[in-house]
Amino acid sequence: MEMGAKEKNQQLHKPYSNGIIAKESPSSLQQELQELRGSASCPRSEPEFEMADIFYFCRRGVESILDDEVTKRFSAQELESWNLLTRSNYNFRHISLRLTVLWGLGVLIRYGILLPLRVTLAITGISLLVVLTTLVGFLPNREFYLSEKVHLMCFRICVRALTAIITYHNRENKPKNGGICVSNHTTPIDVIILANDGCYSMVGQVHGGLMGMMQRAMVKSSPHIWFERSEVKDRHLVAKRLSDHVADKTKQPILIFPEGTCINNTSVMMFKKGSFEIACTVYPVAIKYDPRFGDAFWNSSKFGLVNYLLRMMSSWAIVCSVWYLPPMNREEGEDAMQFANRVKAAIAAQGGLVDLIWDGGLKRAKVKDAFKEEQQKLYSKVLVGEQDEGEQNS
Amino acid sequence: MGFNGTSPLLDQRGELRPEDFGAIRELSMNPIGDRIISAFFSPGKETVDFASFVRILAHFHPTETSRSRDGVQPEPANSRTRKLKFAFQLYDQDRDGKISREELLQVLRTMLEMQVTEEQLQSIAERAIQEADLDQDDAISFDEFRKSLEKVDIDHKMSIRFLS
Repeated sequence: MEMGAKEKNQQLHKPYSNGIIAKESPSSLQQELQELRGSASCPRSEPEFEMADIFYFCRRGVESILDDEVTKRFSAQELESWNLLTRSNYNFRHISLRLTVLWGLGVLIRYGILLPLRVTLAITGISLLVVLTTLVGFLPNREFYLSEKVHLMCFRICVRALTAIITYHNRENKPKNGGICVSNHTTPIDVIILANDGCYSMVGQVHGGLMGMMQRAMVKSSPHIWFERSEVKDRHLVAKRLSDHVADKTKQPILIFPEGTCINNTSVMMFKKGSFEIACTVYPVAIKYDPRFGDAFWNSSKFGLVNYLLRMMSSWAIVCSVWYLPPMNREEGEDAMQFANRVKAAIAAQGGLVDLIWDGGLKRAKVKDAFKEEQQKLYSKVLVGEQDEGEQNS
Repeated sequence: MGFNGTSPLLDQRGELRPEDFGAIRELSMNPIGDRIISAFFSPGKETVDFASFVRILAHFHPTETSRSRDGVQPEPANSRTRKLKFAFQLYDQDRDGKISREELLQVLRTMLEMQVTEEQLQSIAERAIQEADLDQDDAISFDEFRKSLEKVDIDHKMSIRFLS
């Protein structure tokens, strides 16, 4: 099943994959092995093990070493031409004095002018958020109108703080109350970018420190869903709280990132099915960043959050496009995983991203043995499976 | 990936160890992944430097068909024979020049693991040896290996083309 899904998704590869080797057009294990046998000897009645079979696995293995589809999604995308940011410059070569001077000028502008301005704005935005939401929280009945205005205003300030230039497409499809909004995840800034245009209820773990203070303030005026660390493990509890929230039509749509981790915006990885099990309308959103002005991807194993924010604020700008896709519902006879894949395919197609079946959790974890077993199963079917049929017939 | 680039395998020491290969997710999915990794390391050595790494990968360069050679040049790494030798060594782990029945069984076990019974494994191995073993010494030498793969388009199957 995984192989089948992977093959279907391979068609999207060619235009977007920036690999360095020419991968053969996707042929299944069966096909390749038949080719090996066909050229090796005359066709037999029952397929058997051929010494040449090992070539298939061997080549696939070395192709993986040269260029594998998964590992490169967890590091920042490489640009074709340099954008005068040192961080995007992977193979440093001194080209000319003029370029160095230009770069030096760029550094001055970015760190001397842009950064202080942006930091000021950011601080203003966050403090306003905390103060105003707390104030609104004191009002009776949690004034929805006011709380919306407050949230929108503060997030707009934050967006200016990053100099994020956002283009929203298809705003008629904006998520409505009582639904769930799902999106691909590249950076924590995704939240700010989406919240700039609409009010969402956010879902997340309770943090300490500055984040925690913001969370506590925000929840006073608007129904966000924050989980304690212990509650996160309990899937039923999580599902219940989410369901309760969407059942209440007066509450804002929930914002969820089903990938579970930050991916570098060249692809969309496996969606966790938890959010798709809840019975409600799903509003997919595709976010695509333009890497030429500043790379938004947060490589959490390389940089901490503060370091990352500083880098963001000292880039030229964050340019991105947001597409609101038409709402989707789970169809009859479709299980959560299939629904999740359908939504994922739609988001990938709109955003021009590669649709992968791999789990984003592989950023930190090892590949499950189940994948290896899948390969072994397929191979054994070629060797032995047909033999069983032969025996039954004879 | 790019040994010297910004890949996750970038190693400050300038050499790779087996665990560095283990970080490649697609490779973990490959049933003979471990064997391919050990093919990069000379017997007894735990690291491979850039030059050796490239030398091994050179086996997968597409064979150039029309090249006028004066016969004095050493055989290129990507010749048909060298490609065959690389595959042969995936079977012949103890490098004694022959694929014994036991070595063949080991490969079959890694490729099939839980999917077939021990008897089926034995019978597959038996048949394979009978077909290829011409001098009846119960093992497959390199020449017998090469002979049994005469008609296989090695160049196509064991080559990886780089995009320019």
